[in-house]
Amino acid sequence: MGAWAVPWVVALPLAGALVNGLWGGRLGRRGVSLVACLSVLGAFLLSVALTRDLVASPGAEDRTVRLFEWIAVGDFRIPAALVWDRLAALLALVVTGVGFLIHVYSVGYMAEDPDYSRYFTYLNLFVASMLVLVLGANLLVLFVGWELVGLCSYLLIGFWFERPAAAAAGRKAFVVNRVGDAAFVLGILSTGSLLGTLDFREMARLLGEGGGGLRGHPALVTSALLLFAGATGKSAQLPLYVWLPDAMEGPTPVSALIHAATMVTAGVFLVGRLWPLFEAAGPVLPWVVAPVGAATALFAATVAVVQYDLKRVLAYSTISQLGYMFLALGVGGGTAAFFHLTTHAFFKALLFLAAGSVMHALHGQIDLRRLGGLWKSMPLTFLGFVVGAASLSGIPPLSGFWSKEEILHAAHGSGGLWLVALGTSFVTAYYATRAAVLAFLGDPQSPGRPHDPPPAMAWPLAGLVVLSAVGGFLGAKWLGAPFHAFLEPAWGGHEAPAPDLGEVALAVAVATAGVVAGWLAHRGRREPQLGPVRRALEAQWGVEALYEAAVVRPGRALAHLLSEAVDLRGVDRAASALAEAVVRAGSTIRTWQTGNVRQYAAGLLAGAVVLFAYWVLR
Amino acid sequence: MRPPSWILSFLVFAPAVGAALVALAPRRDSLLRGIALAASLVSLGVAAYLFWNFPPGEPGFWITESAGWVPALGIGYRLGVDGISLPLVALTALLFPVALVGTWEAVRSRVKEYLVLLLLLETAVLGTFLALDLVLFYVFWEAVLVPMYFLIGLWGSERRAYAALKFFLFTMAGSVLMLLAIAGLYLATGTFDFQALTAGQIPAALQGWLFAAFALAFAIKVPLFPLHTWLPDAHTEAPTAGSVILAGLLLKMGTYGLVRFGLGLFPEAARAASPWFLTLAVVGILYGAAVAYAQRDVKRLVAYSSVSHLGFVVLGTFALTPQGLAGALLQMVNHGISTGALFLMVGVLYERAHTRALDAFGGVARVMPTFAALSLFVVFSSAALPGTNGFVGEFLVLLGAFRRGPLWAALAAGGVVLSAVYLLWMVQRVYFGAPTPQVRAFPPLRGYEALSLAVLVAAILWIGLYPRPWLARSEAAVQALVQRVAQQAQTPSPWAGGRP
Amino acid sequence: MTVPAGAYLVLSAALFTLGTVGVLVRRTALVLFMSIELMLNAVNLAFVTLARVHGDLGGQLAAFFVLVVAAVEVVVGLSILVHIFRTRDTVDVDEVDLLRG
Repeated sequence: MGAWAVPWVVALPLAGALVNGLWGGRLGRRGVSLVACLSVLGAFLLSVALTRDLVASPGAEDRTVRLFEWIAVGDFRIPAALVWDRLAALLALVVTGVGFLIHVYSVGYMAEDPDYSRYFTYLNLFVASMLVLVLGANLLVLFVGWELVGLCSYLLIGFWFERPAAAAAGRKAFVVNRVGDAAFVLGILSTGSLLGTLDFREMARLLGEGGGGLRGHPALVTSALLLFAGATGKSAQLPLYVWLPDAMEGPTPVSALIHAATMVTAGVFLVGRLWPLFEAAGPVLPWVVAPVGAATALFAATVAVVQYDLKRVLAYSTISQLGYMFLALGVGGGTAAFFHLTTHAFFKALLFLAAGSVMHALHGQIDLRRLGGLWKSMPLTFLGFVVGAASLSGIPPLSGFWSKEEILHAAHGSGGLWLVALGTSFVTAYYATRAAVLAFLGDPQSPGRPHDPPPAMAWPLAGLVVLSAVGGFLGAKWLGAPFHAFLEPAWGGHEAPAPDLGEVALAVAVATAGVVAGWLAHRGRREPQLGPVRRALEAQWGVEALYEAAVVRPGRALAHLLSEAVDLRGVDRAASALAEAVVRAGSTIRTWQTGNVRQYAAGLLAGAVVLFAYWVLR
Repeated sequence: MRPPSWILSFLVFAPAVGAALVALAPRRDSLLRGIALAASLVSLGVAAYLFWNFPPGEPGFWITESAGWVPALGIGYRLGVDGISLPLVALTALLFPVALVGTWEAVRSRVKEYLVLLLLLETAVLGTFLALDLVLFYVFWEAVLVPMYFLIGLWGSERRAYAALKFFLFTMAGSVLMLLAIAGLYLATGTFDFQALTAGQIPAALQGWLFAAFALAFAIKVPLFPLHTWLPDAHTEAPTAGSVILAGLLLKMGTYGLVRFGLGLFPEAARAASPWFLTLAVVGILYGAAVAYAQRDVKRLVAYSSVSHLGFVVLGTFALTPQGLAGALLQMVNHGISTGALFLMVGVLYERAHTRALDAFGGVARVMPTFAALSLFVVFSSAALPGTNGFVGEFLVLLGAFRRGPLWAALAAGGVVLSAVYLLWMVQRVYFGAPTPQVRAFPPLRGYEALSLAVLVAAILWIGLYPRPWLARSEAAVQALVQRVAQQAQTPSPWAGGRP
Repeated sequence: MTVPAGAYLVLSAALFTLGTVGVLVRRTALVLFMSIELMLNAVNLAFVTLARVHGDLGGQLAAFFVLVVAAVEVVVGLSILVHIFRTRDTVDVDEVDLLRG
């Protein structure tokens, strides 16, 4: 399959969005579903074919497609170009594959929604945008995809826009992302100024052979920091994570696709894409990326423990797992990070879809305190959730175990961070078990007769169960570690790790301990008090309050201050003052016009005398 | 294939001829509107023709037209179009018919006078962008004020008299100084001919105060902080078409003047003054956005957004780099399109609700979905979302500013965040949420309203995805101008773009 | 005994001064006019004297001009004055200040 197919991977979902957007009303639900799902499926199949091609011809040029010259002014020339290399292929497969499953799921989930075609328009648009992001051949094209997925996120979080909470959540997501994006843009400018190019291959070449003398260059460090700041926004790391829990206002399949499997991983992808840059940027990776990742992982996991909204538990869980990925990147485990990205996509999407099944069955009920007893009435969902939770906790032989293990192994060298990761593992298992117990076990707390979801929702669920269960074997050394073999050329030679049995046993033990602790603490629907710690956790260690006090409220106050005091009374007054001065001068001069003839005559005389004197004395 | 030079006069005066026809025609509103639209479409056709055939790579004036006017005083009737004025001419020719169509039935009283004034305004604006003689430029510049004053004063909202007068006086104050400077320039060089002036060298000692006088007049028009306070009142009180033209075009006269005359005639002075302008530009970007957020009147919110957006234009202009100037020029066009569209949107809302208070709306997206969809395109264009025109322009400006000094770009990037804040706040308040009973009663989007918005949205997407035609045509002129002003040997640039 | 030219000029100056003072001080419009006439005639005297002294007829010509203009001015001025008297019933110049700003 030649390079010509690459743009079609993007074009298919985009076309789907256009068709559904313009003619969705006339196509009817069936038509819309077919267009939407088939376009993503088509993109997936193309991705598979292109990937096979890529693997089959090792050493061949990665396929790059230059579509047209997009921006060109003077020496600054940026083409609209896409590239199909290993990293791009991996993400494309994940996005289109999981995306397809979620599209099918949505057919069932959104069946009753009046805005059916609008939903699928946005969803297709998202897939297309995400593909632009991962297939972009230069930083600017990537950035286009980056912001477009932000747009789709905004549209989808606020899909039920008549709900004020949803509209507000969408706006919050976009604005917080924008903060990261501003840093991202500056990072682009900085990188470009330093390297003279934004093209990834060019960058790799320039920085490849010993960094070209730029290792540790302050401008490079600045660029890396700025770009990472951008990544923290999109991937919901400290301190720009605050939009993600609120994003749960959107439909659950959206949460599964965008806020678990794909969009939020864009930051991880970015670091991976710019690996040569980050590697050459000295202390950034180990001293910034890794600690931020680790801290976020632990932070979010602890907050997840006290959430009652099941989706919020999963949201914080996502933040936490993304932290793991950044930690992995920070300690040099690029492949581990992307392995975890893949497995996480599987089991987190699974968890969200299971949660969606519950919501669907119980008419939107998602509060853990009102759930329960569903293991009997919704066995498939229960299975899905358990598999997902166990994978999340890192229980072998599920997929999460393999990827998490790799990360822990990679972090082994950095003492403190490794401990944090291990501790987070415990907490993760704890809250996952808690969620499973409260949601599915015990006696039902809500009325109603829940049942497993219809086929449209059930099949994707089952598919993800399988992937979450066996996906990890892609990294198994005794199977040839196909995943790592695939990704290796992207980093230039990192071996699949060979953790020793002691490490593995410790990790498993910690995870199991977490599961047991969770079971014991919540068995019988108990909720341990946790004392003052609970309050701190419920307030997310004060982060939201800090934002409110330090950013939101002062910002609004400043805006009003500028508007009223400065603009209205200050600047405008200055202009009016000028006008008033003129009027006052006028009224003063006015008093000279007395209308009195004799005074005028006297004036004439005085003037004449002055002129005469001047003339005579000159 | 160079068109004949009289095509420029034809372009400029076609709307005036239309105005004459409207004045003579019988008082039937639909007929009058038809004539007006036809006249403006004629100009659009000519402008499109010129745009299409303009040779990219032409650094100077492609077509010039010259005739004697007052030879005794050295005043000539000189018009010309180059890579810098071409995009603005195209924008003008596009916005007038769009504004006419978009507000087709909005004005129902004294329609004849209204249309005559609009058409005369178009002639004056076109003349301003094409004039190559300083006196001619001044005549057209002042000629813009009169119709605009009446448009605001007669067909505006509650505080129209105040707003119209304020607009007039502010602009006039600057213009008077500019007239003095023009006279001074003539006394120093003996000519009003722009091309002759740029060919020669204006003594550096003189440049300082001449530049200041010109720049003041233009800065008021842009508007540059802190000379901006006429803008919110004028924009808010003007009728919809007036606001569209005011924001879309009149403000560009200021930025155009800064480029054409500020940089073009007084390069040394402009270079020396650039840090001041850069500072004021950044202040404008951030200040305008912050104040926009605090507004309770949706039209005023959009008005302040103009202050913020034009800060970017000034930033790009005075960065004195090719990308900065090219970005600024493109942003002039972009802002005209997206803010013009924003005002059309506000007009649609005002037509139905007869109020501009943000609090009065809610849930419009449920009641008017097509309108909401079009509106979102426009809003995100204003917020510089990649894929829209706003991104290309803003990115180039930021790039240009960065190459001048990273700090400028860093500060201006704050505007990127703030624009999302106030724009999405507006969207949330007006379009989202549950529809109020009043909103539920809104009549659906009318054909002409949809058409005008759709045309602008199409332009937004076209320029955003394929800006090449626009950038290519202005590139040579931009490069030539920047080289003249920056005048240092271009430091070997590391930029190589993306070559696969 | 011939009268020296200087005496005429002194007389002219004195008359001019008297006239000026009269214009400035007197409030009756008619007296104002008379003062103005006095000033004009003082000037005439000066013109004629100097014409004689320099042998230049231009001075006498100027005197004729002044006489004509004075006559016209008196006509116009008196008619305005009569009108003012008719409408305002006063000839006090201070009370006619409608042109005050």
